[in-house]
Amino acid sequence: MSILVDQQTRVLVQGIATADGLAYVQNMVAAASTIVAGAAFGLGGTWCGSIPVFDTVKEAVRATDANAAVVCGRGGEAAEAILEAADAEMALIVCMPTDVPVHDMVLVKARLRNTPVCLIGPGSHGVCSPGKSNVGIIPPYMVRPGSVGIVSRSGSLAYEVTWMLTQAGIGQSTILSIGGGLVVGSGFAEILAMFEEDPATEQVVLIGEIGGQQEEMAARFVADRMSKPVTAFVTGQTAPPGRQMGHAGPVIEELAGTARYKTEVLKQSGVRVARYADELPGLLVERM
Amino acid sequence: MRLHEYQAKRILSQVGISVPRGQVATSVSEVRQIAEWLGTRVVLKAQVLTGGRGRGGGIRLAHDAAEAERIASQMFGMEVNGYIASRLLVDEAVDIEQEIYLAITINGLGNVYHSPAQPAIVTSSRGGFEISDLAQGEPEGVYVREIDPLLGLREYQARELAYEVGLGREQSRQFVSTAMGLWNVSWGNDATLVEANPLVVCPNGELVSLNARMTIDDDALFRHPNLSDLRDESQETAAERLARRHGICYVRLGGNVGCLSNGAGLAMATMDALRLRGIKAASFVDVGVGAQAAKVMVGLRLALNGSVGAALVNILGGVARCDEVAAGILGAYEELDLSIPIVVRLEGMHKQAAYAALAEIPRQHEHARLYMAESLADAVQQVAALVQPNGGR
Repeated sequence: MSILVDQQTRVLVQGIATADGLAYVQNMVAAASTIVAGAAFGLGGTWCGSIPVFDTVKEAVRATDANAAVVCGRGGEAAEAILEAADAEMALIVCMPTDVPVHDMVLVKARLRNTPVCLIGPGSHGVCSPGKSNVGIIPPYMVRPGSVGIVSRSGSLAYEVTWMLTQAGIGQSTILSIGGGLVVGSGFAEILAMFEEDPATEQVVLIGEIGGQQEEMAARFVADRMSKPVTAFVTGQTAPPGRQMGHAGPVIEELAGTARYKTEVLKQSGVRVARYADELPGLLVERM
Repeated sequence: MRLHEYQAKRILSQVGISVPRGQVATSVSEVRQIAEWLGTRVVLKAQVLTGGRGRGGGIRLAHDAAEAERIASQMFGMEVNGYIASRLLVDEAVDIEQEIYLAITINGLGNVYHSPAQPAIVTSSRGGFEISDLAQGEPEGVYVREIDPLLGLREYQARELAYEVGLGREQSRQFVSTAMGLWNVSWGNDATLVEANPLVVCPNGELVSLNARMTIDDDALFRHPNLSDLRDESQETAAERLARRHGICYVRLGGNVGCLSNGAGLAMATMDALRLRGIKAASFVDVGVGAQAAKVMVGLRLALNGSVGAALVNILGGVARCDEVAAGILGAYEELDLSIPIVVRLEGMHKQAAYAALAEIPRQHEHARLYMAESLADAVQQVAALVQPNGGR
C-alpha cells in the first residue's frame, strides 16, 4: 500500500503537447509509471511516442480508463483543465503549474467541495510511491521504496529531503508536495489523514514553510487524530517579513506566519521538529 | 502587484464609492494648482508602495495652497521604507466622525483542519486595524463573513455587518453599497485584497473612503492588460525590474552571499543552512521550476548583484535539467568574465554532463573561481571557507 498512487494508477496527461508536459512524460516514462493517455484539444488522434492523444478528457477516459490526471501548461489555463478532469470523474488530479490565479482556485475548490475528487496542487511537483507509480517530476533515482511518508509544501525541498533519506538508506511509502500557495487543493491535514490510514506508512515527514496556516492545521490534526510519529522541518527561518518569497508566494505577514511560531505550534502538538534539513534522517532512524 | 492609493481610489470611485475630491501630482506646481482648485485644507499623501506612510512623514496636512506648495517641495523625493515618493496625492481634507475598516480578501484562516480558501468580507469599528491581525483569529470588534464565490457577496451579509459595527440605518445603506462595490472591484479585477481603510463617516453623514489599498494577483494580470499598465516601475529597483521581466523572484536581503535556487522552499532552506554557519544571504533568487539556461544566466547576475563575497547555486532538477543549468552558468561566464567565487550544487537528471561542462569553465576563463559541491551541507561548508577567514568554524 501507499497513498494516492500505486500500480493501479493510470495516468492521463493534460496539456501533453506543452514543453512542461513533454518533460513530465519523459520523467514518468523513465519511472515506469503507467501513462495511458494525453489530452490536447486539436491533437486528438495523434500520438506522443506510444501514448495516444485525445481531444477531450472524457474521450480519453472512455478509451483508456485513466484514473489520475496531471495538469501541465500555463497557470491561466489550469482551472479549466481541473474542472474538465473533475467532470470526467478523475479520482486524483495533480496540478503542476504554480501560477494559477487565486480566484480561479477559489472557484475550483467550490466546485470540488463534497466530491470524491482529490486535487493536489497547484504548484505540486507530483506524487510518487517508489516502485509503484511516479506521477510528476520527482527524478526516479532519488527515491527508494520504504515506510516513510513525505509531505511538503515545496516541491524542490521535498526532493532534497527525499534524496537525503534515500542516501541514508531510508525508503519512502509516498512522497508528495501540495504546493506553497495560499489556496491549494488538499492541505497537510488531509494528507496526514491518508498516511495515518495507510498500512505501508510507519512515520511521516512534514516539510512546512513560512506563511499561511497549513502547519497550524497539521499541528491540530496531529494532536487530535494522529497515532503515527510525525517529524517536521519548517523552512524560511531567515526570511524577512512582508516580502513574497518565490513564485508560490509565501509571505510572513505577521508573527503567526514565521517559521519560529510554526515550529512552536508543531512542537506543542507532539511533532518533533528538526532545526535544519540535514537533521531529519537521524531523527527518523531514532523512531524506527 | 500593489496599486498606488490614487489608482485604487480611481477604481473605487468608478463603482460609485465616495472618495475625497483630489488629484495626483508629479510636481510642486501641480500640487499648488490642485490645492487652489480644491480651495480647502488639503492632505498631501506620498504615493509609495509600502505601509507606515503616516509614521514616516508621508502624510501631511496643509491649510492653503501656499502651504501645500511648501510642504510638497519637502515631500517630493522623500524616502519611506526605501520607496521614493515621486508622486503626491492631493486630497481635500475631510472631517471625521467615525472610522471603520472594510476589506475584501481571501481568507486563508484555518478552520480546524481545513482552510475554507474563500473570499471574505472583513470589517471593524476599530481604527488602526491591520488585516494581518486576522491570522491570530478573529479579534474582538472585528467581524468576518465568508463569501461563497458561486453566489458572491449578498446584501444581507453586508447589512448584518453594518449593524455589528454600530452604524445607523442611513449609514448602513451607504455601507452596503460600498461593500457591494468593493466586492465587484475585487472579483472583477482579480484583487486578493481591496481595502477601504479608514472608511469614515463625515459630519454630513456621508461615508467616504479616505484611503484605499488594492493588491492584484500577479498570476491573473495576463487577463487585465489595463491593470498591468498601472505598474509604477519607479517603485522598483533595476534588479527587481530585471527579475520581474524574466519571471524570476528576487528579494534583496543585505548579506554577502548571493543565493540562486529553484523553488521557494529550497531557496529558503539554502538561506537557513547558510545562517546556521553565521552567513547571511545577500539575496533570494528563485528561478522557478522549469528553469532554462537563459533564465539561470539572469538569475546568476541577480545573485551577484551588489557587493557579494561569493554566490551559492543550489538547484535540484526535475524539469530543470542540470545540463540546462550548467549552460546558463557557462553563459554568465562568457558574458561577464566573473571572478567572484561561485559554489555550485546540482542534483537531478543529467548531473554528470552538467558537472563535466562546469569543470571546463576555469580552463576557458582565467578569472573563474568555480567550485562544485556534492550536497547542500558540502556547498555551505565550501561557501563558509570562502567568505569567513576562519572557514566558518
